[in-house]
Amino acid sequence: MDAHIQVKHLDAFYDHQQALKDINIEIPKKQITVIMGPSGCGKTTLLKTLNRFLELTEGTRISGEVLVDGQDIYERDIDVTEVRKRVGLLAQRPSPLPMSIYENVAYGMNIHRMKKGKHEYKAAVQHYLELAGLWDEVHKRLHDPATGLSLGQQQRLCLARGLAVEPEIILGDEPTSALDPISSQNIEKRLLDLKEQYTTVIVTHTLRQAKRLADYVIFMYLGEVVESGPAQEVFENPKEARTRAYLEGQF
Amino acid sequence: MKFRWQRRHVGELIARILMYFSFVIVAGSLALILWTVLSKGLPALTWDMVSQTPKGGFYLGKEGGILNAIIGSLYMAGGGTLVALLFSLPLALYLETYLGESRWGYWVRLSLDVLWGIPSIVYGAFGFTIMLALGMRASLLGGIIVLSLLELPIMTRAMDEVIRRMPRDLEQAALALGSTKLEVAIRVVIRQMMPGIVSAILLAFGRGIGDAASVLFTAGYTDRIPTSLMSPAASLPLAVFFQLGTPFPEVQQRAYASALILTIIVLVISLGSRWISAQVGKYSVK
Repeated sequence: MDAHIQVKHLDAFYDHQQALKDINIEIPKKQITVIMGPSGCGKTTLLKTLNRFLELTEGTRISGEVLVDGQDIYERDIDVTEVRKRVGLLAQRPSPLPMSIYENVAYGMNIHRMKKGKHEYKAAVQHYLELAGLWDEVHKRLHDPATGLSLGQQQRLCLARGLAVEPEIILGDEPTSALDPISSQNIEKRLLDLKEQYTTVIVTHTLRQAKRLADYVIFMYLGEVVESGPAQEVFENPKEARTRAYLEGQF
Repeated sequence: MKFRWQRRHVGELIARILMYFSFVIVAGSLALILWTVLSKGLPALTWDMVSQTPKGGFYLGKEGGILNAIIGSLYMAGGGTLVALLFSLPLALYLETYLGESRWGYWVRLSLDVLWGIPSIVYGAFGFTIMLALGMRASLLGGIIVLSLLELPIMTRAMDEVIRRMPRDLEQAALALGSTKLEVAIRVVIRQMMPGIVSAILLAFGRGIGDAASVLFTAGYTDRIPTSLMSPAASLPLAVFFQLGTPFPEVQQRAYASALILTIIVLVISLGSRWISAQVGKYSVK
Protein backbone atom coordinates (compact mmCIF):
# COMPACT_ATOMS: atom_id res chain seq x y z
CA MET A 1 0.00 0.00 0.00
CA ASP A 2 1.18 3.50 -0.83
CA ALA A 3 0.63 5.15 2.56
CA HIS A 4 0.28 8.91 2.72
CA ILE A 5 -0.16 9.10 6.47
CA GLN A 6 1.28 6.70 9.01
CA VAL A 7 0.29 6.81 12.65
CA LYS A 8 2.61 5.00 15.03
CA HIS A 9 2.01 4.20 18.70
CA LEU A 10 -0.21 7.22 19.14
CA ASP A 11 -1.74 7.88 22.56
CA ALA A 12 -3.89 10.90 23.37
CA PHE A 13 -5.22 12.14 26.68
CA TYR A 14 -7.79 14.68 27.78
CA ASP A 15 -6.48 15.62 31.22
CA HIS A 16 -6.11 12.15 32.68
CA GLN A 17 -8.56 10.31 30.51
CA GLN A 18 -7.03 8.37 27.70
CA ALA A 19 -8.91 8.99 24.46
CA LEU A 20 -6.65 7.12 22.06
CA LYS A 21 -4.79 3.95 22.91
CA ASP A 22 -1.75 2.89 20.92
CA ILE A 23 -3.07 3.74 17.47
CA ASN A 24 -1.17 2.22 14.55
CA ILE A 25 -2.64 2.84 11.13
CA GLU A 26 -1.70 3.66 7.59
CA ILE A 27 -3.85 5.84 5.38
CA PRO A 28 -3.57 5.22 1.63
CA LYS A 29 -2.77 7.96 -0.86
CA LYS A 30 -5.51 9.40 -3.08
CA GLN A 31 -8.30 7.27 -1.73
CA ILE A 32 -11.14 7.91 0.69
CA THR A 33 -10.49 6.48 4.11
CA VAL A 34 -13.47 6.38 6.43
CA ILE A 35 -13.05 6.26 10.19
CA MET A 36 -16.18 4.78 11.72
CA GLY A 37 -17.35 3.65 15.10
CA PRO A 38 -19.93 4.43 17.78
CA SER A 39 -19.95 7.89 19.35
CA GLY A 40 -17.26 8.59 21.88
CA CYS A 41 -14.90 6.02 20.41
CA GLY A 42 -12.20 8.58 19.55
CA LYS A 43 -12.85 9.02 15.81
CA THR A 44 -12.82 12.80 15.91
CA THR A 45 -9.90 12.84 18.33
CA LEU A 46 -7.88 10.72 15.93
CA LEU A 47 -8.83 12.99 13.03
CA LYS A 48 -7.78 16.06 15.00
CA THR A 49 -4.32 14.63 15.60
CA LEU A 50 -3.76 14.57 11.83
CA ASN A 51 -3.77 18.37 11.43
CA ARG A 52 -2.54 19.16 14.94
CA PHE A 53 -5.92 20.45 16.00
CA LEU A 54 -6.09 18.47 19.20
CA GLU A 55 -3.59 20.79 20.87
CA LEU A 56 -6.08 23.67 20.53
CA THR A 57 -8.12 22.03 23.28
CA GLU A 58 -6.66 22.79 26.68
CA GLY A 59 -5.47 19.89 28.78
CA THR A 60 -4.76 17.52 25.90
CA ARG A 61 -1.58 15.50 25.69
CA ILE A 62 -0.29 13.29 22.95
CA SER A 63 2.57 10.87 22.38
CA GLY A 64 3.63 8.84 19.40
CA GLU A 65 4.18 9.73 15.77
CA VAL A 66 2.06 10.99 12.91
CA LEU A 67 4.01 10.80 9.65
CA VAL A 68 2.86 12.63 6.56
CA ASP A 69 5.00 11.55 3.60
CA GLY A 70 7.38 10.11 6.14
CA GLN A 71 7.79 13.35 8.10
CA ASP A 72 6.62 13.44 11.73
CA ILE A 73 4.32 16.46 12.03
CA TYR A 74 4.85 16.56 15.81
CA GLU A 75 8.58 17.07 15.57
CA ARG A 76 9.89 20.18 17.23
CA ASP A 77 10.97 22.26 14.26
CA ILE A 78 7.74 21.72 12.34
CA ASP A 79 5.76 24.81 11.29
CA VAL A 80 2.24 24.02 12.38
CA THR A 81 0.74 26.47 9.87
CA GLU A 82 2.46 24.52 7.08
CA VAL A 83 1.00 21.29 8.43
CA ARG A 84 -2.49 22.75 8.41
CA LYS A 85 -1.99 24.15 4.93
CA ARG A 86 -1.14 20.67 3.67
CA VAL A 87 -3.87 18.95 5.66
CA GLY A 88 -7.20 20.69 5.11
CA LEU A 89 -10.24 20.29 7.35
CA LEU A 90 -13.93 20.26 6.56
CA ALA A 91 -15.64 20.80 9.90
CA GLN A 92 -18.86 19.35 11.22
CA ARG A 93 -20.73 22.62 10.92
CA PRO A 94 -19.88 24.95 8.07
CA SER A 95 -18.29 28.11 9.43
CA PRO A 96 -17.80 30.76 6.79
CA LEU A 97 -15.41 33.55 7.73
CA PRO A 98 -16.95 37.00 8.31
CA MET A 99 -16.26 38.12 4.77
CA SER A 100 -17.74 37.97 1.31
CA ILE A 101 -17.98 34.72 -0.63
CA TYR A 102 -15.03 35.78 -2.78
CA GLU A 103 -12.85 36.74 0.20
CA ASN A 104 -13.62 33.43 1.92
CA VAL A 105 -12.03 31.50 -0.93
CA ALA A 106 -9.22 34.02 -1.40
CA TYR A 107 -8.37 34.15 2.33
CA GLY A 108 -6.08 31.13 2.46
CA MET A 109 -4.29 31.96 -0.79
CA ASN A 110 -3.86 35.43 0.57
CA ILE A 111 -2.23 34.56 3.88
CA HIS A 112 0.06 32.06 2.21
CA ARG A 113 0.83 34.54 -0.59
CA MET A 114 0.09 31.93 -3.22
CA LYS A 115 -1.09 34.18 -6.00
CA LYS A 116 -0.04 37.46 -7.52
CA GLY A 117 -2.36 40.19 -8.70
CA LYS A 118 -6.11 40.44 -8.91
CA HIS A 119 -6.29 38.42 -12.08
CA GLU A 120 -4.71 35.31 -10.64
CA TYR A 121 -6.89 35.53 -7.55
CA LYS A 122 -10.06 35.87 -9.58
CA ALA A 123 -9.23 32.91 -11.74
CA ALA A 124 -8.32 30.79 -8.72
CA VAL A 125 -11.47 31.72 -6.81
CA GLN A 126 -13.56 30.70 -9.81
CA HIS A 127 -11.61 27.47 -10.20
CA TYR A 128 -12.10 26.35 -6.62
CA LEU A 129 -15.74 27.37 -6.48
CA GLU A 130 -16.25 25.26 -9.59
CA LEU A 131 -14.42 22.34 -8.00
CA ALA A 132 -16.77 22.59 -5.02
CA GLY A 133 -19.77 22.80 -7.34
CA LEU A 134 -20.82 26.23 -6.11
CA TRP A 135 -19.76 28.57 -8.91
CA ASP A 136 -23.03 28.52 -10.86
CA GLU A 137 -25.01 29.38 -7.74
CA VAL A 138 -22.85 32.26 -6.54
CA HIS A 139 -21.00 33.82 -9.45
CA LYS A 140 -23.41 36.73 -9.58
CA ARG A 141 -23.08 37.56 -5.90
CA LEU A 142 -19.43 36.92 -5.09
CA HIS A 143 -19.23 40.03 -2.96
CA ASP A 144 -22.24 39.30 -0.79
CA PRO A 145 -21.73 38.09 2.79
CA ALA A 146 -20.99 34.38 2.93
CA THR A 147 -23.48 34.01 5.77
CA GLY A 148 -26.30 34.68 3.34
CA LEU A 149 -25.78 31.24 1.78
CA SER A 150 -27.76 28.17 2.82
CA LEU A 151 -26.03 25.68 5.13
CA GLY A 152 -25.37 23.29 2.26
CA GLN A 153 -23.89 26.05 0.14
CA GLN A 154 -21.82 27.23 3.10
CA GLN A 155 -20.33 23.77 3.48
CA ARG A 156 -19.40 23.69 -0.21
CA LEU A 157 -17.90 27.16 0.24
CA CYS A 158 -15.82 25.80 3.12
CA LEU A 159 -14.71 22.98 0.82
CA ALA A 160 -13.69 25.49 -1.87
CA ARG A 161 -11.89 27.57 0.75
CA GLY A 162 -10.02 24.52 2.00
CA LEU A 163 -9.06 23.37 -1.50
CA ALA A 164 -7.79 26.84 -2.38
CA VAL A 165 -4.69 26.48 -0.19
CA GLU A 166 -3.76 23.40 -2.26
CA PRO A 167 -3.72 20.74 0.46
CA GLU A 168 -2.67 17.17 -0.25
CA ILE A 169 -4.99 15.77 2.35
CA ILE A 170 -8.62 16.59 3.16
CA LEU A 171 -10.02 15.70 6.57
CA GLY A 172 -13.77 15.65 7.05
CA ASP A 173 -15.24 15.60 10.56
CA GLU A 174 -18.75 14.31 9.91
CA PRO A 175 -18.97 16.95 7.20
CA THR A 176 -22.58 16.26 6.30
CA SER A 177 -24.10 15.78 9.74
CA ALA A 178 -25.49 19.34 9.92
CA LEU A 179 -26.89 19.27 6.40
CA ASP A 180 -30.15 18.22 4.78
CA PRO A 181 -30.16 15.01 2.69
CA ILE A 182 -29.79 16.74 -0.68
CA SER A 183 -26.90 18.93 0.48
CA SER A 184 -25.27 15.89 2.07
CA GLN A 185 -25.53 14.01 -1.18
CA ASN A 186 -23.96 16.96 -2.96
CA ILE A 187 -20.99 17.04 -0.58
CA GLU A 188 -20.53 13.29 -0.88
CA LYS A 189 -20.51 13.59 -4.65
CA ARG A 190 -17.83 16.30 -4.47
CA LEU A 191 -15.67 14.15 -2.22
CA LEU A 192 -15.98 11.21 -4.61
CA ASP A 193 -15.11 13.45 -7.57
CA LEU A 194 -12.05 14.78 -5.78
CA LYS A 195 -10.66 11.55 -4.44
CA GLU A 196 -8.29 10.97 -7.30
CA GLN A 197 -6.51 14.23 -6.55
CA TYR A 198 -6.54 14.22 -2.74
CA THR A 199 -6.03 11.82 0.10
CA THR A 200 -9.32 12.04 1.97
CA VAL A 201 -10.09 11.00 5.54
CA ILE A 202 -13.71 11.16 6.67
CA VAL A 203 -15.14 10.56 10.11
CA THR A 204 -18.72 9.38 10.07
CA HIS A 205 -21.10 7.71 12.44
CA THR A 206 -23.50 6.60 9.75
CA LEU A 207 -22.64 3.22 8.37
CA ARG A 208 -24.45 3.85 5.13
CA GLN A 209 -22.34 6.90 4.39
CA ALA A 210 -19.24 4.88 5.18
CA LYS A 211 -20.29 2.27 2.66
CA ARG A 212 -21.00 4.88 0.00
CA LEU A 213 -17.67 6.65 0.35
CA ALA A 214 -15.03 4.33 1.64
CA ASP A 215 -12.15 2.78 -0.24
CA TYR A 216 -10.42 2.02 3.00
CA VAL A 217 -11.96 1.66 6.44
CA ILE A 218 -10.76 2.15 9.99
CA PHE A 219 -13.10 0.84 12.67
CA MET A 220 -12.61 2.24 16.16
CA TYR A 221 -14.08 1.25 19.47
CA LEU A 222 -13.36 2.72 22.92
CA GLY A 223 -10.26 4.59 21.81
CA GLU A 224 -8.68 1.70 19.96
CA VAL A 225 -8.49 0.75 16.33
CA VAL A 226 -10.19 -2.61 16.16
CA GLU A 227 -9.75 -3.25 12.49
CA SER A 228 -8.60 -1.49 9.36
CA GLY A 229 -8.35 -2.49 5.75
CA PRO A 230 -9.77 -2.09 2.26
CA ALA A 231 -13.49 -1.30 2.42
CA GLN A 232 -14.67 -4.38 0.64
CA GLU A 233 -12.79 -6.74 2.94
CA VAL A 234 -13.90 -5.05 6.13
CA PHE A 235 -17.52 -4.69 5.14
CA GLU A 236 -17.93 -8.14 3.63
CA ASN A 237 -15.60 -10.19 5.66
CA PRO A 238 -14.62 -8.54 8.96
CA LYS A 239 -11.94 -10.35 10.91
CA GLU A 240 -12.94 -9.07 14.34
CA ALA A 241 -16.09 -10.00 16.19
CA ARG A 242 -16.58 -6.39 17.35
CA THR A 243 -16.47 -5.12 13.79
CA ARG A 244 -19.06 -7.67 12.78
CA ALA A 245 -21.25 -6.67 15.70
CA TYR A 246 -21.01 -2.98 14.69
CA LEU A 247 -21.81 -3.73 11.06
CA GLU A 248 -24.85 -5.67 12.20
CA GLY A 249 -25.97 -2.66 14.22
CA GLN A 250 -25.30 -3.92 17.71
CA PHE A 251 -23.64 -0.81 19.16
CA MET B 1 -59.62 26.54 30.25
CA LYS B 2 -61.20 29.70 31.63
CA PHE B 3 -58.82 32.16 33.22
CA ARG B 4 -58.66 31.98 36.97
CA TRP B 5 -56.29 33.91 39.19
CA GLN B 6 -53.55 31.68 40.50
CA ARG B 7 -50.41 32.38 42.47
CA ARG B 8 -48.21 32.29 39.39
CA HIS B 9 -50.39 34.81 37.61
CA VAL B 10 -50.07 37.15 40.56
CA GLY B 11 -46.31 36.64 40.52
CA GLU B 12 -46.15 37.54 36.87
CA LEU B 13 -48.30 40.62 37.40
CA ILE B 14 -46.06 41.87 40.22
CA ALA B 15 -42.93 41.28 38.16
CA ARG B 16 -44.43 43.15 35.26
CA ILE B 17 -45.42 46.09 37.43
CA LEU B 18 -41.88 46.23 38.85
CA MET B 19 -40.32 46.21 35.40
CA TYR B 20 -42.73 48.84 34.19
CA PHE B 21 -41.93 50.96 37.24
CA SER B 22 -38.17 50.76 36.60
CA PHE B 23 -38.74 51.65 33.00
CA VAL B 24 -40.80 54.70 33.93
CA ILE B 25 -38.16 55.89 36.39
CA VAL B 26 -35.33 55.54 33.88
CA ALA B 27 -37.22 57.00 30.94
CA GLY B 28 -38.64 59.73 33.17
CA SER B 29 -35.24 60.82 34.49
CA LEU B 30 -33.85 60.93 30.99
CA ALA B 31 -36.81 62.96 29.76
CA LEU B 32 -36.45 65.33 32.69
CA ILE B 33 -32.76 65.89 32.04
CA LEU B 34 -33.38 66.50 28.35
CA TRP B 35 -36.28 68.81 29.17
CA THR B 36 -34.18 70.88 31.57
CA VAL B 37 -31.32 71.19 29.10
CA LEU B 38 -33.64 71.98 26.21
CA SER B 39 -35.94 74.42 27.97
CA LYS B 40 -33.14 76.36 29.60
CA GLY B 41 -30.55 76.02 26.89
CA LEU B 42 -32.48 76.40 23.67
CA PRO B 43 -33.29 80.10 24.13
CA ALA B 44 -29.60 80.86 24.63
CA LEU B 45 -28.46 78.63 21.75
CA THR B 46 -27.68 81.19 19.09
CA TRP B 47 -25.47 80.96 16.04
CA ASP B 48 -22.97 83.15 17.87
CA MET B 49 -22.68 80.50 20.61
CA VAL B 50 -21.31 77.89 18.23
CA SER B 51 -19.40 80.14 15.84
CA GLN B 52 -17.50 82.54 18.09
CA THR B 53 -15.00 82.45 20.87
CA PRO B 54 -15.75 84.38 24.09
CA LYS B 55 -15.32 88.13 23.64
CA GLY B 56 -14.52 90.48 26.49
CA GLY B 57 -17.36 90.46 28.99
CA PHE B 58 -18.71 87.10 27.77
CA TYR B 59 -18.83 85.83 31.31
CA LEU B 60 -20.81 88.91 32.29
CA GLY B 61 -23.45 88.22 29.67
CA LYS B 62 -21.95 90.13 26.73
CA GLU B 63 -21.34 88.74 23.23
CA GLY B 64 -19.25 85.79 22.19
CA GLY B 65 -19.64 82.02 22.06
CA ILE B 66 -18.02 78.80 23.14
CA LEU B 67 -16.36 77.70 19.92
CA ASN B 68 -13.14 77.44 21.94
CA ALA B 69 -14.70 74.75 24.16
CA ILE B 70 -16.36 72.90 21.27
CA ILE B 71 -13.11 72.67 19.32
CA GLY B 72 -11.10 71.93 22.46
CA SER B 73 -13.43 69.10 23.48
CA LEU B 74 -13.48 67.56 20.02
CA TYR B 75 -9.68 67.72 19.81
CA MET B 76 -9.17 66.26 23.25
CA ALA B 77 -11.81 63.53 23.17
CA GLY B 78 -10.94 62.68 19.57
CA GLY B 79 -7.21 62.59 20.25
CA GLY B 80 -7.66 60.75 23.54
CA THR B 81 -9.89 58.15 21.89
CA LEU B 82 -7.39 57.65 19.08
CA VAL B 83 -4.47 57.19 21.48
CA ALA B 84 -6.54 54.88 23.68
CA LEU B 85 -7.52 52.83 20.64
CA LEU B 86 -3.88 52.38 19.64
CA PHE B 87 -3.28 50.64 22.95
CA SER B 88 -6.57 48.98 23.79
CA LEU B 89 -7.16 47.10 20.56
CA PRO B 90 -3.82 45.26 20.73
CA LEU B 91 -4.34 44.75 24.47
CA ALA B 92 -7.84 43.32 24.00
CA LEU B 93 -6.61 41.01 21.23
CA TYR B 94 -3.66 39.92 23.36
CA LEU B 95 -6.00 39.20 26.26
CA GLU B 96 -8.18 37.00 24.08
CA THR B 97 -5.63 35.38 21.80
CA TYR B 98 -2.77 34.68 24.14
CA LEU B 99 -3.92 35.10 27.75
CA GLY B 100 -7.46 33.77 27.44
CA GLU B 101 -8.92 32.64 30.74
CA SER B 102 -5.50 32.11 32.33
CA ARG B 103 -4.47 33.50 35.72
CA TRP B 104 -2.66 36.38 34.04
CA GLY B 105 -5.76 37.15 32.03
CA TYR B 106 -7.74 37.25 35.26
CA TRP B 107 -5.36 39.76 36.87
CA VAL B 108 -5.17 41.99 33.84
CA ARG B 109 -8.98 42.12 33.61
CA LEU B 110 -9.26 42.80 37.32
CA SER B 111 -6.79 45.70 37.12
CA LEU B 112 -8.65 47.19 34.18
CA ASP B 113 -11.92 46.98 36.10
CA VAL B 114 -10.34 48.74 39.07
CA LEU B 115 -8.90 51.44 36.81
CA TRP B 116 -12.35 51.87 35.30
CA GLY B 117 -13.74 52.64 38.74
CA ILE B 118 -11.16 55.25 39.73
CA PRO B 119 -12.65 58.77 39.83
CA SER B 120 -11.53 60.93 36.96
CA ILE B 121 -10.16 63.65 39.28
CA VAL B 122 -7.52 61.11 40.33
CA TYR B 123 -6.50 60.68 36.70
CA GLY B 124 -6.33 64.46 36.50
CA ALA B 125 -4.16 64.74 39.59
CA PHE B 126 -1.94 61.89 38.40
CA GLY B 127 -1.51 63.51 35.02
CA PHE B 128 -0.80 66.84 36.63
CA THR B 129 1.92 65.40 38.87
CA ILE B 130 3.65 63.81 35.91
CA MET B 131 3.37 67.00 33.89
CA LEU B 132 4.92 68.95 36.76
CA ALA B 133 7.78 66.48 36.90
CA LEU B 134 8.32 66.84 33.16
CA GLY B 135 8.03 70.60 33.36
CA MET B 136 4.99 70.61 31.07
CA ARG B 137 2.30 73.29 31.25
CA ALA B 138 -1.41 72.63 31.01
CA SER B 139 -1.96 71.88 27.32
CA LEU B 140 -3.98 70.13 24.66
CA LEU B 141 -1.41 67.32 24.68
CA GLY B 142 -1.76 66.91 28.45
CA GLY B 143 -5.54 66.71 28.07
CA ILE B 144 -5.30 64.16 25.29
CA ILE B 145 -2.94 61.95 27.28
CA VAL B 146 -5.02 62.05 30.43
CA LEU B 147 -8.24 61.37 28.53
CA SER B 148 -6.60 58.44 26.77
CA LEU B 149 -5.62 57.02 30.17
CA LEU B 150 -9.16 57.55 31.40
CA GLU B 151 -10.66 55.90 28.33
CA LEU B 152 -8.22 53.01 28.07
CA PRO B 153 -9.75 50.68 30.70
CA ILE B 154 -13.33 51.15 29.57
CA MET B 155 -12.41 50.71 25.90
CA THR B 156 -10.25 47.65 26.50
CA ARG B 157 -12.79 45.90 28.70
CA ALA B 158 -15.67 46.68 26.36
CA MET B 159 -13.66 45.24 23.45
CA ASP B 160 -12.56 42.30 25.56
CA GLU B 161 -16.17 41.41 26.36
CA VAL B 162 -17.01 41.66 22.67
CA ILE B 163 -14.07 39.57 21.55
CA ARG B 164 -14.76 36.94 24.18
CA ARG B 165 -18.09 36.35 22.50
CA MET B 166 -16.24 35.44 19.32
CA PRO B 167 -17.51 32.08 18.01
CA ARG B 168 -14.74 29.47 18.49
CA ASP B 169 -15.68 27.84 15.19
CA LEU B 170 -14.52 30.89 13.30
CA GLU B 171 -11.10 30.89 14.90
CA GLN B 172 -10.76 27.18 14.22
CA ALA B 173 -11.86 27.60 10.63
CA ALA B 174 -9.12 30.17 10.08
CA LEU B 175 -6.52 28.08 11.95
CA ALA B 176 -7.43 25.05 9.83
CA LEU B 177 -6.33 26.96 6.75
CA GLY B 178 -2.89 27.45 8.26
CA SER B 179 -3.34 30.93 9.74
CA THR B 180 -1.04 32.14 12.46
CA LYS B 181 -2.71 33.46 15.61
CA LEU B 182 -1.90 36.98 14.51
CA GLU B 183 -3.63 36.47 11.19
CA VAL B 184 -6.67 35.09 12.98
CA ALA B 185 -6.71 38.13 15.26
CA ILE B 186 -6.26 40.76 12.57
CA ARG B 187 -8.11 39.31 9.62
CA VAL B 188 -10.89 37.39 11.31
CA VAL B 189 -11.49 38.50 14.89
CA ILE B 190 -11.37 42.23 14.19
CA ARG B 191 -13.55 41.80 11.14
CA GLN B 192 -16.14 39.74 12.98
CA MET B 193 -16.14 42.05 15.97
CA MET B 194 -16.09 45.36 14.13
CA PRO B 195 -19.57 46.47 15.24
CA GLY B 196 -18.70 45.75 18.87
CA ILE B 197 -15.35 47.47 18.54
CA VAL B 198 -17.07 50.55 17.15
CA SER B 199 -19.43 50.66 20.14
CA ALA B 200 -16.51 50.24 22.53
CA ILE B 201 -14.81 53.23 20.90
CA LEU B 202 -18.02 55.21 21.18
CA LEU B 203 -18.46 54.33 24.83
CA ALA B 204 -14.93 55.51 25.56
CA PHE B 205 -15.37 58.67 23.51
CA GLY B 206 -18.53 59.44 25.47
CA ARG B 207 -16.68 59.11 28.74
CA GLY B 208 -13.83 61.25 27.46
CA ILE B 209 -15.84 64.11 26.05
CA GLY B 210 -18.09 64.30 29.09
CA ASP B 211 -15.35 64.43 31.68
CA ALA B 212 -14.47 67.69 33.41
CA ALA B 213 -12.27 66.76 36.35
CA SER B 214 -9.44 65.08 34.48
CA VAL B 215 -8.83 67.95 32.08
CA LEU B 216 -9.18 70.69 34.69
CA PHE B 217 -5.49 70.73 35.62
CA THR B 218 -4.04 69.03 32.59
CA ALA B 219 -5.52 71.04 29.74
CA GLY B 220 -6.48 74.16 31.63
CA TYR B 221 -8.98 76.54 30.13
CA THR B 222 -8.63 79.33 27.65
CA ASP B 223 -10.80 81.56 25.57
CA ARG B 224 -8.70 80.90 22.49
CA ILE B 225 -8.90 77.98 20.10
CA PRO B 226 -5.79 75.86 20.64
CA THR B 227 -3.25 76.34 17.87
CA SER B 228 -0.73 73.70 18.88
CA LEU B 229 -0.49 70.61 21.05
CA MET B 230 1.35 72.70 23.63
CA SER B 231 -1.25 75.43 23.99
CA PRO B 232 -3.93 75.13 26.66
CA ALA B 233 -7.39 74.01 25.57
CA ALA B 234 -10.95 74.63 26.74
CA SER B 235 -13.56 71.90 27.02
CA LEU B 236 -17.35 71.79 27.08
CA PRO B 237 -17.86 70.24 30.52
CA LEU B 238 -15.63 72.92 32.05
CA ALA B 239 -17.47 75.58 30.03
CA VAL B 240 -20.70 74.37 31.61
CA PHE B 241 -19.08 74.38 35.03
CA PHE B 242 -17.63 77.89 34.82
CA GLN B 243 -20.76 79.45 33.33
CA LEU B 244 -23.04 77.80 35.89
CA GLY B 245 -20.78 79.23 38.57
CA THR B 246 -21.45 82.85 37.63
CA PRO B 247 -24.18 84.83 39.36
CA PHE B 248 -25.67 86.05 36.06
CA PRO B 249 -28.82 84.29 34.77
CA GLU B 250 -27.89 84.96 31.10
CA VAL B 251 -24.57 83.23 31.59
CA GLN B 252 -26.18 80.35 33.46
CA GLN B 253 -28.52 79.94 30.53
CA ARG B 254 -25.52 79.69 28.27
CA ALA B 255 -24.27 76.85 30.48
CA TYR B 256 -27.39 74.92 29.55
CA ALA B 257 -26.87 75.79 25.91
CA SER B 258 -23.33 74.43 26.19
CA ALA B 259 -24.67 71.25 27.76
CA LEU B 260 -27.12 71.00 24.88
CA ILE B 261 -24.30 71.30 22.37
CA LEU B 262 -22.38 68.56 24.17
CA THR B 263 -25.48 66.34 24.10
CA ILE B 264 -25.97 66.96 20.40
CA ILE B 265 -22.33 66.10 19.66
CA VAL B 266 -22.67 62.81 21.52
CA LEU B 267 -25.95 62.09 19.74
CA VAL B 268 -24.51 62.76 16.30
CA ILE B 269 -21.48 60.61 17.01
CA SER B 270 -23.69 57.79 18.34
CA LEU B 271 -25.86 57.81 15.26
CA GLY B 272 -22.83 58.03 13.00
CA SER B 273 -21.10 55.11 14.63
CA ARG B 274 -24.27 53.05 14.56
CA TRP B 275 -24.41 53.61 10.84
CA ILE B 276 -20.76 52.60 10.47
CA SER B 277 -21.45 49.51 12.61
CA ALA B 278 -24.27 48.45 10.35
CA GLN B 279 -22.06 48.84 7.29
CA VAL B 280 -19.10 46.91 8.64
CA GLY B 281 -21.28 44.37 10.47
CA LYS B 282 -22.88 43.12 7.30
CA TYR B 283 -20.30 40.36 6.93
CA SER B 284 -20.26 39.29 10.58
CA VAL B 285 -21.33 35.77 11.36
CA LYS B 286 -24.40 35.83 13.56
